[in-house]
Amino acid sequence: MYKYNDFDTAFLAERNAQFRAQVERRIDGSLTEDEFKPLRLMNGLYLQLHAYMLRVAIPYGSLNSAQMNTLALLAEKWDKGYGHFTTRQNIQYNWPKLSDVPDMLDALAEVGMHAIQTSGNTIRNVTADHFAGAAADEIEDPRPIAELIRQWSTDHPEFQFMGRKFKIAVGGAAKDRAVLKAHDLAVRVVQNDAGETGYQILIGGGLGRTPMIGKVINDFVPRADLLPYIEAVVSVWNQIGRRDNKYKARIKITVHEHGIDDIRARVDARFALIRPTFLGADQELFSEIKAHFSAPKFRADSTTPYDTAYKADPVFRAWADTNLADHRVSDHAIVTISIKKHGATPGDASAEQMRVMATLAADYGYDELRISHEQNVILPHVHKSDLPAIHAKLKQHGLGTANIGLISDIIACPGMDYCALATARSIPVAEQIATRFDDLKLEHDIGHLQIKISGCINACGHHHVGHIGILGLDRAGVENYQITLGGDATWSAAVGERAGPGFAYDEIVPAVERIVDAYLSVRDTAEETFLETYRRVGMSPFKAALYPEAIKKVA
Amino acid sequence: MTVIITDKGFGPDTWTLGYEGDTALDLPSDTDPVQLSERIAAQVQMIRIAFPSFADGRGFTIARHLRLSGYKGHLRATGHLIADQYAMARRSGFDDVEISDELAARQPENQWLARANWQQNDYQARMRGGSPAAA
Repeated sequence: MYKYNDFDTAFLAERNAQFRAQVERRIDGSLTEDEFKPLRLMNGLYLQLHAYMLRVAIPYGSLNSAQMNTLALLAEKWDKGYGHFTTRQNIQYNWPKLSDVPDMLDALAEVGMHAIQTSGNTIRNVTADHFAGAAADEIEDPRPIAELIRQWSTDHPEFQFMGRKFKIAVGGAAKDRAVLKAHDLAVRVVQNDAGETGYQILIGGGLGRTPMIGKVINDFVPRADLLPYIEAVVSVWNQIGRRDNKYKARIKITVHEHGIDDIRARVDARFALIRPTFLGADQELFSEIKAHFSAPKFRADSTTPYDTAYKADPVFRAWADTNLADHRVSDHAIVTISIKKHGATPGDASAEQMRVMATLAADYGYDELRISHEQNVILPHVHKSDLPAIHAKLKQHGLGTANIGLISDIIACPGMDYCALATARSIPVAEQIATRFDDLKLEHDIGHLQIKISGCINACGHHHVGHIGILGLDRAGVENYQITLGGDATWSAAVGERAGPGFAYDEIVPAVERIVDAYLSVRDTAEETFLETYRRVGMSPFKAALYPEAIKKVA
Repeated sequence: MTVIITDKGFGPDTWTLGYEGDTALDLPSDTDPVQLSERIAAQVQMIRIAFPSFADGRGFTIARHLRLSGYKGHLRATGHLIADQYAMARRSGFDDVEISDELAARQPENQWLARANWQQNDYQARMRGGSPAAA
């Protein structure tokens, strides 16, 4: 885990003092509301539907037990006792008072955390594979790269007042668990033919009202060129990206309008100017950062307690089958703790639950936790013999749900319950789908199926890349839900295809049920996942299931 | 009238040659800095870049590009900049900032001097071994 050095600590103290002064200057009139807005946003503070919302960064999703305990403290002391984990590895507090925010930021700083650039037209919190450092299929831990990018992007003088936000993700494994192709810029660790490690760079991905899949701008950027290369990309976009229409300001539109080859040529020219300013200090810093992320000393022990529980306890077995992933050390496992209890708000955790997870990490998990973009919490390193004890503890606190990757493991944006931009509710739809399929006891039979729900076209709930995507809109004052099918958030990324006319609020859950019934009847075998089936058979059987009246009319 | 802001605080304008002749350029924020490099003749001593709104950060990229391209003359940011952007302007390569008297009254000198320490706490300087981004 990265530990702040004197520089980081001094920077953060100064930054928090600046924000405290900005709040005071807003109150005394030195700053207009228009001027204060980007300043509060670049410090993570939104104005939402009912109140301010503070979005705290969990850089690349990594944190330790002390940091998790501080997140619990914030929830309890300054909010309503809970927090909401987001799709960008942040945590949001929905009810802070403006006057309390500087104190909240100081409390975070005590454990090396902040809310810097979690909002605004800046380079946002850098995200990474949530199994980083633990996954069996990893080429290289992406977190040191993400931390280097975090430091480089923090308070970058050129990039604090851009045309729009800029999101970066880093992946270092065979599988993409960071939705790389839906980011403004993605860094993927690769090896070239000479066996050297470097980075493939993609740009122009994004969801929102114009979903685009990221394109490769450079197949191999050598290690030492990474920061100047990224800087060249952002610099070119900051200059030529559109500022006349905020919906056309993201780099995906710039790439679409200019073409990737034109952008590449501009970036190469800018890179030639920038590269000489990097004299190697960044690479020394990278080496220092890397040392922080060395793997813990994994203990060796018998896995008998795990094997025994797996055989004897069907509840434990069901949880182990869905919530564990392969660790790079065979007697260890990666535990995903579901923050998607059936009927509860996806991604919401109480202060008590946060403390329980922090204690489990301290007692059994080498003091490490991760937050996934799928809004769950991960214990990346657990010896298998400790799994029964962990599971028992999780069950006591409403954290034992066995549904990772299943139909109730839903990504949902806050929707109209919290968000000022939303046009429909997302959370109740997610809750009802989860409850319905739990009642049907079909979840495990259905298998891997990702539902993602957004409450407006800004697509914070990633609906475009859900196997089943649900988009809530407002149609003349009435909520209406559009369905897309076949989206994919991995390296084989795809934007889902719209199934047809939307459904009313009380029709959407039955509609999802009809899609699932259709899948169960047309799948080849129980092993063929929903997405595989969709790719084989296409839209028509699902369309027939969704719109039986239309079929009747034609007949 | 306007106020010129440097690390020492508010001061008068010492540039007396105006922006009409060959020695100075007065540029809007949508200037393409790539094209600009060819326009900068040897006699240009002053380039002033407009910030029509504090939210329009293109001027920071233009300044940086000019410095990286070898421009050594005076660089001035003018228009609607707020005190919170002073450090960004300096780190991007501007020598000073020019604001209206009205804005100077609303955001007095001490608010700008609070950012005169722009050489401290700078991640960019750390990445580049001590020199700020624009050097």
